[in-house]
Amino acid sequence: MDASDVETVQGLPVDEPLVVAGRTLQSRLIIGTGKYQSYAQNARALEASGAEMITVAVRRVNLSDPNQERLVDHIDPEKYIFLPNTAGCFTGEDAVRTLRLAREAGGWTLVKLEVLSDPKHLYPDMEETLRAADMLIKEGFDVMVYCSDDPVYARKLEDVGCCAIMPLGAPIGSGLGIQNPVNIRLIKEAAKVPVIVDAGVGTASDASIAMELGCDGVLMNTAIAEAKDPIRMASAMKHAVIAGREAYLAGRMPKKRYADPSSPLAGLI
Amino acid sequence: MVMAQITVNGESHEVQAGLTLTQLLEALALNPKKVAVERNLEIAPRSLYDTIHIEAGDRLEIVHFVGGG
Repeated sequence: MDASDVETVQGLPVDEPLVVAGRTLQSRLIIGTGKYQSYAQNARALEASGAEMITVAVRRVNLSDPNQERLVDHIDPEKYIFLPNTAGCFTGEDAVRTLRLAREAGGWTLVKLEVLSDPKHLYPDMEETLRAADMLIKEGFDVMVYCSDDPVYARKLEDVGCCAIMPLGAPIGSGLGIQNPVNIRLIKEAAKVPVIVDAGVGTASDASIAMELGCDGVLMNTAIAEAKDPIRMASAMKHAVIAGREAYLAGRMPKKRYADPSSPLAGLI
Repeated sequence: MVMAQITVNGESHEVQAGLTLTQLLEALALNPKKVAVERNLEIAPRSLYDTIHIEAGDRLEIVHFVGGG
């Protein structure tokens, strides 16, 4: 998304861009790079989404086939911000070990921390996440942290120095939408760093809801990758995030219990 | 030629003793700029690949970026 997408109405003040750990992002949509049919499809979806930041995983190279396609052959790390994750890590030590390798592979310190618990629900282990965040920040990493929608832990993560708080909307890969809008709003209202809903988005309206709550961005993977047409869904998500942000900035009308006619009652024949 | 038994990404490999990390990556057909290496649980900085010599019993992890959420 470029600035002109937001500034569609003449004279409307331009929205401030999202800034994470000193990096300015024009797009408030961050997308994952897992589950696509191919890296080529992934690259096309990325382009359609307008996202500037992508999450990536760190894994062993395949020694038996060193010539197999690589992510970086399709998505240029010079053009997009790669956000290495710790998916699959269940302890703070695993996460730190993984991200040290990521820092060496990529040469940058901005990372996404996720320390999971049970593979059935992939809910974050918050005690371990907080400990890992502290370890990483002391090692000089800029930590965007995947967390539960618990406002108390969100504050603790901010207190140890996380540069973005990323509560789940629903379990990873579930596509169930924002299950607890009250908590997401509480987290956003209290945070001084960006709040980005990470996980749970299933379709465009879910992304809009996250943005209407006042969140600074949305991170998603499966909602795009497992859509029938991932390229078109990526485009839908781009517009949904813009629409939700615009609606938040505009300030919605109050909800009413009863109807209120839009045409005047006076002058009825 | 003296050979050394090492473990790379969990698999046993027999390589020439005294190889540098640069030479090992070359032998494995890997581009040093696109991977990161951990040797015996410590990061092997890319700037030192020419001076790190593989020793028998070394445990190496060679990783790269793949798609993920």
